Order: sequence, then structure tokens, then C-alpha cells
Amino acid sequence: MQNKLRLYCDTQQLAELRLFLNDFLITTPLPEIEQHQVTLAVEEVCANLIIHSHDCNSTEFIELSARQSEEGLIFEIKDYGVAFNLLEYKEPELSRVIKEKRKGGLGIILVKKIMDKIEFESSETENTCRLFKNLKSK
Amino acid sequence: MLRIEKTIVQKSVILQLIGEVDASNSVELDDAIQTLVQEDAKSILVDGTGLEYISSAGLGVFMSYLEEFEEKQIVLVIFGLSDKVQQVFHILGLDQLINIKETKEEALEVVYAK
Repeated sequence: MQNKLRLYCDTQQLAELRLFLNDFLITTPLPEIEQHQVTLAVEEVCANLIIHSHDCNSTEFIELSARQSEEGLIFEIKDYGVAFNLLEYKEPELSRVIKEKRKGGLGIILVKKIMDKIEFESSETENTCRLFKNLKSK
Repeated sequence: MLRIEKTIVQKSVILQLIGEVDASNSVELDDAIQTLVQEDAKSILVDGTGLEYISSAGLGVFMSYLEEFEEKQIVLVIFGLSDKVQQVFHILGLDQLINIKETKEEALEVVYAK
């Protein structure tokens, strides 16, 4: 089973992304509370790309595919903007987030805590981020 | 979609969040809180019973005010979160930094105890 979504780079599209993810996740055996978390993690990555790599340019788009394998769920997000490798991103300490009154940085922490594995690849034309969620939960 | 409704119970302001907070509308939450700070609110209760979803953009808004609330001795209590939303606060450890209660009554008790 494979589901694909082309998401234009406008934060207004995030609600549509959640509907897409909910429709997919409901077909999987993942418990409801974790479905919610996975939706959040995938949205965080997409929102980052939309805002930071594509500057909310709504003529540009990213592509998401979701599928279930024997081991678990795989979400692949392709974008064609400035590469952002979240594996190399050093997420801030919470205390720094508070001190500096920064409103960002929390999303990547969530992604790393929620997903079981993250892969990132970059070529000249596109970047691919793969998020994995095991079905036999940790 | 996010709707924010403001009611006043005794001296506390209750901000009711209805719907979903994400990167497209977290600025509305920010504006609502900013307004309360400017109006010199001493306690802000956030009613999360109608909050279906909150992403880091919304959580970041709360985080960004924590220091100012401490300086100005503004009490922030969030109540009525569903399990799945509360779990998100928990994953980040925000439940250690923000006072989260189950019911409005418990939230008001925190304010009265001050």
C-alpha cells in the first residue's frame, strides 16, 4: 500500500497534510496515541521544509509518500530546496529555548523522540528524508 | 482551524483553544497571549478541552513566554488536555515546566493558592 501527497509550500496546507496522514495511519495497526505522534513528527519535518527550505513559496512543493512494510511505517519526504539535514542539526536545550525566547527548535526534538529511525540523502536536485516508525513499539 | 475565546472568571482570564494549532496559526495564539500580558493579566488559564492538535509552533509560543511570566509573576495553567495532546507536552518535558491540570476547578485552585 502506497500513498502519495504533493504538498505546496504554504503552511495553510498543513491541515491537508494531517488529513492525509490520518487517512493512512488509520489503516495501520499503530495505536491511536502513537498515530497522533507520528502525524506530528511528519508534520514537523514538512513544516520545516516549507518554511525554511522553501520560504513558504506556494508555487513550490514537497512530496510525501507513506507506506507500511513488514517492520513498520516509512514516510519519505522529498524536497527540491536548500538541503536541511536534520540528522546533523544539533537541537537546542530546552533551557536555551526558554532563555532565548525562541519559538523554533522544538520540532526537531519531537521528530527525533517520536520516530525510530531517520535517514537523509541529498543529491544535486533533490533531498530525501525518510522517517521510520516500528510497529512493535520500543 | 483555530478559534480562541477569552472569558474572565473572577480575576483570571481563560483562553479557550478550539481546534488545531500549527505553524499556520500559532501567531494567533501568540497575539492572544501578548494581549493578555499587555493588559496586565496576573493569571492565564488555558482551556485545552477543545484542543485537538498542537505542533511545536504552538508549544514554542508557550515556551517563549515562560521567562516573562516568571519575571512578571503571571501564573499560567493549562487544563483539560486530551491524553494525546498531553502526551506531546510530556515528550518534550513541558509538563515539568508548565503547570498542567485536569480540570478547570483544579486550575483555578492553583491561581487562588497564589
